[in-house]
Amino acid sequence: MKKILVIVERHAGAIDDSAWELLTLARALAGGDGTVSAALLGEGLDALAAELAKGFDNVHVFDDSRLAVPDAEGDGLALVALIEREGYSLTLAAHTNLSIDLLPWLSVKVGGPLLADCFELAWRGDELEAKRTVFEGKVHAKVATSASDKGYFATVRGGAFEGAAPAANAGGAIQPESLPADFAPRRKALRTVEPEAGEVDITASEVLIAVGRGIEEEENLEIINSLAEAAGAAVCCSRPVVDKGWLPKARQVGTSGLTVSPKLYVAVGISGSFQHMGGVKGSSYLVAINKDAKAPIFGVADVGIVGDLFEVIPALEEEFKKVRS
Amino acid sequence: MSTPIQTALEPATTPLFGIPGAGLHGALLVVTVVALVWILRKRAALLLAAAPDPRMDRIGERLYALAKIGFGQWRQPRYLVAGLLHICIFGGFLVLLLRSLTMLGEGFVPAFSLPGFDGALGEFYLGVKDWTAVVILISCALAAYRRLVVRPARYHDRHAQRSHSAEGLIILGLISLLMVADAVYEGSAMALEGHTTWALPLASLFSGLLSESSPATLERLGLGGFWAHNIVLCAFSCYLPISKHFHVITSLPNVFFMKLAPAGRVKPPRHGVEKSEDLEKIGVSRLEDFSWKHLLDFYTCTDCGRCSDVCPAYRTGTPLSPRMISVKSRDEAYEAWPIFGKRPAADSRPQLVGEVISDDELWACTTCRACEDVCPVTIEYVDKIVDMRRFLVDDGRVPATMQKALSKIEKRGNPYGKMGKKRGEWIQGDEGEADVRILEPGDQAAWCFFTDSAVAFDPRLQEIGRALGQVLSSAGEDVGTLGKDEVDSGHEARRIGEEGLFEVLREQNCEALAERKVGRIVTTDPHAFNALRHDYELERPVLHHSQAIQELIQSGKLDLQGIEGDRTYTFHDPCYLGRHNDVYDEPRDVLDAIPGLRRVEMEASRNKSFCCGGGSLYLFHEGESEERMGEVRIGMAEEAGADVVVTACPFCLVNFEDAIKTTGREGKMEVIDLAELVARALPESQPTNETSKGLGTAESGGLQE
Amino acid sequence: MDIAVCVKRVPDLTEAEIEIDSDGLSLEDSDLDYDLNEWDDFAVEAAVQLKEKHGGKVTAYTVGDDDAEEVLRRALAMGADEAIHLCDDAFAGSDPWGIAQALQRAIGDRKFDLILCGAISSDGTSGHTGGMLAALLDLPQVALATALEVNGDKAEVCHEVEGGLERVVEIALPAVITVQSGINEPRYVSIRGIRKVAGMDIDVKECDDLGLDSGQVGDAGARVRLEELALPPTGGGAEILEGSIDEMVTTLIERIREQGAL
Repeated sequence: MKKILVIVERHAGAIDDSAWELLTLARALAGGDGTVSAALLGEGLDALAAELAKGFDNVHVFDDSRLAVPDAEGDGLALVALIEREGYSLTLAAHTNLSIDLLPWLSVKVGGPLLADCFELAWRGDELEAKRTVFEGKVHAKVATSASDKGYFATVRGGAFEGAAPAANAGGAIQPESLPADFAPRRKALRTVEPEAGEVDITASEVLIAVGRGIEEEENLEIINSLAEAAGAAVCCSRPVVDKGWLPKARQVGTSGLTVSPKLYVAVGISGSFQHMGGVKGSSYLVAINKDAKAPIFGVADVGIVGDLFEVIPALEEEFKKVRS
Repeated sequence: MSTPIQTALEPATTPLFGIPGAGLHGALLVVTVVALVWILRKRAALLLAAAPDPRMDRIGERLYALAKIGFGQWRQPRYLVAGLLHICIFGGFLVLLLRSLTMLGEGFVPAFSLPGFDGALGEFYLGVKDWTAVVILISCALAAYRRLVVRPARYHDRHAQRSHSAEGLIILGLISLLMVADAVYEGSAMALEGHTTWALPLASLFSGLLSESSPATLERLGLGGFWAHNIVLCAFSCYLPISKHFHVITSLPNVFFMKLAPAGRVKPPRHGVEKSEDLEKIGVSRLEDFSWKHLLDFYTCTDCGRCSDVCPAYRTGTPLSPRMISVKSRDEAYEAWPIFGKRPAADSRPQLVGEVISDDELWACTTCRACEDVCPVTIEYVDKIVDMRRFLVDDGRVPATMQKALSKIEKRGNPYGKMGKKRGEWIQGDEGEADVRILEPGDQAAWCFFTDSAVAFDPRLQEIGRALGQVLSSAGEDVGTLGKDEVDSGHEARRIGEEGLFEVLREQNCEALAERKVGRIVTTDPHAFNALRHDYELERPVLHHSQAIQELIQSGKLDLQGIEGDRTYTFHDPCYLGRHNDVYDEPRDVLDAIPGLRRVEMEASRNKSFCCGGGSLYLFHEGESEERMGEVRIGMAEEAGADVVVTACPFCLVNFEDAIKTTGREGKMEVIDLAELVARALPESQPTNETSKGLGTAESGGLQE
Repeated sequence: MDIAVCVKRVPDLTEAEIEIDSDGLSLEDSDLDYDLNEWDDFAVEAAVQLKEKHGGKVTAYTVGDDDAEEVLRRALAMGADEAIHLCDDAFAGSDPWGIAQALQRAIGDRKFDLILCGAISSDGTSGHTGGMLAALLDLPQVALATALEVNGDKAEVCHEVEGGLERVVEIALPAVITVQSGINEPRYVSIRGIRKVAGMDIDVKECDDLGLDSGQVGDAGARVRLEELALPPTGGGAEILEGSIDEMVTTLIERIREQGAL
């Protein structure tokens, strides 16, 4: 019987969508007779636990003021104890910054192999096989674990699986857990840093024009701003644009930036790395404009134009103006 | 007047404060000489501690430069009013040199005159001297007026922390004082002797003014004038090396030691050392790392501001002002190597490179040489900036975008990061293949076309390469190219300060050339042209394509037809073709050889051309600026009435095409390379009249194809 | 401060034509250039800056084949004082745990105040090695650092967390910190710089030296094995529009409207 644990991530006091996606996967992997549990850590978790119980068989709740701020070290110490006690066959987490901080350490402490950022995951007998991307997202790799009696760990790509719909009633058992007696993390969170205030909230915009490295120079952002104005859109960007200081962090979409789910997402000069695309969720209509026909973004976009963005954008701006007038 | 020498006043014998005049005068001179020698020795100390610089070669050329640029003030009139004023003052000083010597002599010997000047010649000279003094006074007045009222923009630098303007006024004041003191002296003597003459207008003026005074007063005034003159003269000469007017002493030697052609050859990391890797330290981070000549340049800077006035980086609002590099370094030299007192501890002084001169200033330079070309006292800038960049590169302080470009050049042989094996693929265009062969080792050809990276990889610029191929083929020339064995010429890498990378690239290219037998090398890129000509030591002649095409036209191998369309063309002189290599006429000859082509000249043309902003890998590294150089230049072309700008450099082409787009001139103005234009003028490019009978105008695509 | 930094040599995939080698387990690399992993560049720079500020020594480690030496040379040219090359054919096919294990053995009893790694490598892109090394060494760790300051026996680290936020944590040293790109501006390494360190000795260690037998490392010992590489299927994915720019743009707007996205 497979016992599967899902580490639940919280954002702004709510359960992250990834938990439901992981539930879908976990159910598939648990099979008919397996169980799927959730691990929830933090403070003041009653409402969240109840919600999780609408889908998970068990919800292990670590409700402790010492866990109020998510911190990999503290969470990890709690989870090691839990996993060793329960003997989970597989522990799942979303592939995020938090899990990059937590899972490698956790998997070694427990002693089970760790698969990273999978978009496909399945049992092969008592071991796991998975598919993930390597080489800057340009190549698919099929990997498999060796045998392990300590269970397995895997982080899963956001959006790779459909979010499970929670049941109407909570059917799962909520189990309060306490932190180990010797809980002594060697690091502690001091404060959280927000992106600069007073900026446009790109998560609220229905249409987004995303600009990437392909724009080449800061001055060229002008044409993007013009396009955005014509389209009634907000401008967002990929990480390199923020690294160069051309746009503030509040505009960054991706795993190390914001998650957006607009109706329309126009990616200009963006290669489509998983780090960026990981920030685009929901059922956005994805348009890609890039001069490289082999850019990974064309694999995930709905429609694309292979061309020089400096020629396409002005033309597109004209079209938007015509259409919206 | 019997002799020109007045005898009414005898400063030598007239005691002052009870001390015999001659004795006092002797003391004055001794003090002056001792002080001057002391000061000059202190100033020289820095030069003696500096790096070597061989400047005693080609003496004939140096003497010629001294005569033309130094004494002849050849570069002054480029700024007409200021130039003429300076010529008057400078020339006046030379003329007055004899008078000063005479007056110094009069301090010891009554009625002293220089040998041969006691008769008619002396009389004539006195007149000349006095009229010259009038000219000098008027010039000083006008100069002061310009400084105080007109205030030309270039007098004050946008980046200047301190103003040296007061010093300028002091000098004008001192010079005027000298003229007036002399005139008071001479005028008083004339009044005592009771005559005036129009030949000495200034002296006569004072003579007239003082005519009512008593002899005793006249004697006091006259002697006062004499002593004032000589004391001011002595003080003046000691003041020069302490102020920004040190150039009065150093400018003529500085011109003598100027950097002789070729301008395009950048100085080696250290004169006398073959391999840069043998050097303990490369580049300049402190004053003493500069060569003595470069330090002499700093002393010689007159703070006139012409260099910054013509500098495209200054004009477009970057942190760079060439003049400030000189002025700040000079100020630092005066502080760190002072006249009085001990030298301050090295760590108490700010770092020359990094603090006195910022990294951003150094990276903003495109090495266009406009500053060097305009400087009236032949100060060098490019070599200094390259030397300081060498230090920054060695220290790892290179802007991130430039790092990427350099590392791509290192790995793939081009700053685009494209695969080296594709370097010869430009030959194949959408409309067919250019008639240029890939040369394998052992092959031979009359011409080797060295494309360099831009033309090899940028799709727009590849068209230049194919156009040249077409032109040379039309002339029946046999042309090959190195293909994937060619790597970047390293020209920009070297001028960015990456000497090691440059050496690696040069070695690869030289090897590739050595493995093939080619007659001559031609390139469409003035940067490559400059590198192959001066940085590499090749046995084969290297030509820019404008030179090659001009030669082919002259020898009749190329027969050019008229080009359709009623447009006005102007030629933009690329920095590395013009100012660095003195090639101005050939491209113009080529354009003029196209029948019916209407050509205008921009005001800033030839050596005054304004940089497009392409040097120092500017395309890959963005500095902070308010405007782009290309946009400024396109404005100049429009002002000249041109609608087509003809370029002879791939960077210029890219920058101008961008500028046309970003300034909204698309459809109104165009850019085209010389090779492309000539290709259209070839007989085989003319539209055929097969479908229309007899003569008739064929459909014109003009240049908008 | 005694600082260790772990670096990796990876292929440079910009402008490259990616092809899978006939063995299906690696890239066809006859035309590929290799370089220091971008995140490791930031890590080396961070290590050297800390050394310049606090004094001490920087030791660079890498696990790789003979060619991997070039990234150690680069680290030395940037200011590392010592370099250790874990080089053995048996390491081929290692998973992050295997690499972390080799590094742990190499570090052995040395007491580093800080161990820096790049957050992820551009080839494997798992981001595991640093965290695993920390667990093996039983040291605290923090991942994706964007700012780092050392105060005595503690470090204050700002790192990326969820939702575009960053969090500042205080961590006790010794610790392992993995570094995100953009944390600093790595210095340039000139050809001259590389030449200057060309003669420096690099300590080479093989499996035996680390007390590992070949069954524990490389492909044989991997807990996660690579079975096959494949290029992503090009079928599916975006509908690529054709025609002139104006035609494509018109069609694009049509598609967008059809989707109700405008």
